[in-house]
Amino acid sequence: MYVSVKGGETAIGHAHAWLAEARRGDTALPELSTAQIEQQLSLAVDRVMAEGACADRGLAALALKQARGDSTEAAFLLRAYRTTLPRFGYALPVDTGAMAIHRRISSTYKDLPGGQVLGPTFDYTHRLLDFALEAEGLPPPPPATEAAEEAGRMPQVTAILAQEGLMAPDLASHAEPPDITREPLAFPANRALRLQAMARGDEGFLLSLGYSTQRGYGNAHPFVGEIRMGEVRVEIEPPELGFAIDIGDIMVSECQMVNQFAGTAEAPPQFTRGYGLVVGQNERKAMAMSLVDRALRAPELGEAATAPAQSPEFVLYHCDNVESTGFVEHLKLPHYVDFQSELEKIRAIRARWFAERAP
Amino acid sequence: MSALLQAEGLDLRFGAVRALDGVAISIWPGEVVAIVGESGSGKSSLLRVLAGMQRADAGAVLYRDAAGATHSILDASDAALRRLMRSDWGFVHQNARDALRMEVSAGGNVGERLMAAGDRHYGHIRQVAAHWLERVEMDPARMDESPKNFSGGMQQRLQIARTLVTNPRLVFMDEPTGGLDVSVQARLLDLIRGLVADLGLAVLLVTHDIAAARLLAHRIVVMRHGQVVEEGLTDRVLDDPQHPYTQLLVSSVLAA
Amino acid sequence: MTEIATTPRPLAGYNFGYLDEATKRMIRRALLKAVCIPGHQVPFGAREMPLPYGWGTGGIQVTSAVLGPSDVLKVIDQGADDTTNAVSIRRFFSRVAGVATTESTAEASIIQTRHRIPETPLREGQILVYQVPMPEPLFKLEPRVAESTKLHALADYGLMQVKLYEDIARQGEVGTSYNHPVMVNHRYLMSPSPIPAFDNPKMHMNAGLQLFGAGREKRIYAVPPYTDVRSLDFEDHPFKPVRAPHACAICGSAESYLDEVITDDAGGRMHVCSDTDYCASRPPLEDAP
Repeated sequence: MYVSVKGGETAIGHAHAWLAEARRGDTALPELSTAQIEQQLSLAVDRVMAEGACADRGLAALALKQARGDSTEAAFLLRAYRTTLPRFGYALPVDTGAMAIHRRISSTYKDLPGGQVLGPTFDYTHRLLDFALEAEGLPPPPPATEAAEEAGRMPQVTAILAQEGLMAPDLASHAEPPDITREPLAFPANRALRLQAMARGDEGFLLSLGYSTQRGYGNAHPFVGEIRMGEVRVEIEPPELGFAIDIGDIMVSECQMVNQFAGTAEAPPQFTRGYGLVVGQNERKAMAMSLVDRALRAPELGEAATAPAQSPEFVLYHCDNVESTGFVEHLKLPHYVDFQSELEKIRAIRARWFAERAP
Repeated sequence: MSALLQAEGLDLRFGAVRALDGVAISIWPGEVVAIVGESGSGKSSLLRVLAGMQRADAGAVLYRDAAGATHSILDASDAALRRLMRSDWGFVHQNARDALRMEVSAGGNVGERLMAAGDRHYGHIRQVAAHWLERVEMDPARMDESPKNFSGGMQQRLQIARTLVTNPRLVFMDEPTGGLDVSVQARLLDLIRGLVADLGLAVLLVTHDIAAARLLAHRIVVMRHGQVVEEGLTDRVLDDPQHPYTQLLVSSVLAA
Repeated sequence: MTEIATTPRPLAGYNFGYLDEATKRMIRRALLKAVCIPGHQVPFGAREMPLPYGWGTGGIQVTSAVLGPSDVLKVIDQGADDTTNAVSIRRFFSRVAGVATTESTAEASIIQTRHRIPETPLREGQILVYQVPMPEPLFKLEPRVAESTKLHALADYGLMQVKLYEDIARQGEVGTSYNHPVMVNHRYLMSPSPIPAFDNPKMHMNAGLQLFGAGREKRIYAVPPYTDVRSLDFEDHPFKPVRAPHACAICGSAESYLDEVITDDAGGRMHVCSDTDYCASRPPLEDAP
């Protein structure tokens, strides 16, 4: 007796049970706490916060635990949670000039006011696996003596260049920013929208595109004007109060790339900026974002736009990894009805092909 | 009878360069006008402005359609320009690859404008496509081949067929024989001459080739540095050039 | 068979149907606009949902926006109620809305579907919600959205007709066996979603309301009841719905769309109705396997 495949519900139940078991792993080992994840896998947490578009370390750590460490799955969890949160306003633009600096470097100047502050970076480590870390119960490392610097002594490099008229200034605006989570992206997309989409975009995708611009696909000769990482104040201005209030600090990473620009009939030659800003310690992403930002500015600066990194539709439609993973992975869903139509079609076409060639 | 297309006071700058400087030009139904000059004379810019592909900085371009209505090209909407280019007008590019769909068969390329205009009969489309392929001296049996397999000259013939299939009143041609072998050019010019005469097309032809202008055009407009320096009936201008620059152009052809 | 959901009250902490009322209002505005312009794609601020993009988030948002406590919901995928994703979505609405659910097309007020239109014709008052992966019918021919938007605005669909011409020239017939584009209300070219071409005729003059949701691409469109919907074709190569030339091995139907089931290693196969509710509602053949 043919019984059509039923029991989808039961199968799902079993799958979930196995998943829970796999997530916990060997029960002889202590369970990982979200606090441990938040503290000791903090860069993974930062990445999930950025791609999940939700600045909450505890939630990001929980998402990572639930997702068994899969950062895209974790970002998805965070995004879905974010959908349920009420939105009651937008923050004023954060003042990265007033950042409590953990790290600040510039490759355009050997030395500058405030100096080069390396911060907690992997940059100068030797990539040798440290087997000492396999042991547990080690004494914690001694506290670093370098304290966070006050912002007053650290002018932004782009401000230094702007003083001499060498860098085109970006104009401040108090208009309400566009919000791609409320209105779908429409083209042409202005710079605010592009940056917003990239800020929550996949680090790997933006990294590869940024890399491509360095290899000739939309090359604009970048220099790192400045990278800053530290805490900034978040302020909102409730209409009932009419003045700004401080609602807390978040960690951000900012990168300002300095690129060449030949000038036009109306504008003299100047440096142009590529900008990247990401929640958390996400330096690689901020740098990649700034390269792609500059590439996407090509039409506005009168440059030919032929490379993938210079195509707004190509970059912005494909940079969201929650969207990309959804659609790529949806191919796993049953498609047998459409496949059936394809079978009938190809059979008919083949029949005709052979009939035409029959002697 | 009023002009089909009339332009006056056209100005266009690219930075410091004046591509067009106070240019005026008209074309009447059924006549062929050649715009000649060296590269940099502004002739291609003029064609693009007249065809609505480039906005001029100043001036006016007026097109009178079959019903007698006048359209101002410089401030026409995208939609209106597309409609014109699909029906009343045609544009033959110097490089056929810019106009053809290389992944579509020859027949599909010729039939596209018919389908865009609403033709829904497959047999009829193929019939019309075959007819036009013959008109441009191509073998209709090659209708299902990809243009990638065609020589440059054949791709150009295909482009012409694709353009003429909707019986446009006005055709813009930008160096239609540029980049082709001399013998291929000669045959193509002959073809164009025959088609223009048979169909009573108005043609605005940009070329640096004086001989082509003499063969095809009723009137000739000579451009230099963005200005019209001389114009008139082709034979008169080429046999008895008045402006020193025209004299130079004509004499250099004779010498070669 | 209608079953009353086992969670009569929606999940604590969530609004009825999961989405908050402001979001539902936004979606309903988009739906109203879509119904007023049949076949036209309306952009909407799609939200992230607890199911992944590509897995029906658009359909879920549309259903969530139109669902009320007295509705009866049916969810199918590939025509069947018990495929894993249909089960997952139906469960989702049970949890967040507590509505009654059913497997019967006739008893449902809202049917959310992926890749099929039910064999049982819809009545006035029923809503069919389609899950759409790619709302743009022209995307393979013109991937740039800025350009395809212009083509729709100008009703410039020559490109698609050329594609059909090429199919016939190359292989004697039109190549799209599913997601065959349709002209809606004589104006807009529309993607019917990846339903088999066989189902296209059901869209024409349908008594029910047809709503389409594409979550990842953030577009909504609609076909109101009794709207003209025609599959693109040529006069001398008319559109032909295609199904396997067999009868269902269980109920004997020679009209419904069939799934081909491989029964053994030697190439043995049989055909059964893809629409499980339709099949189950007919008397089984005496010699049904």
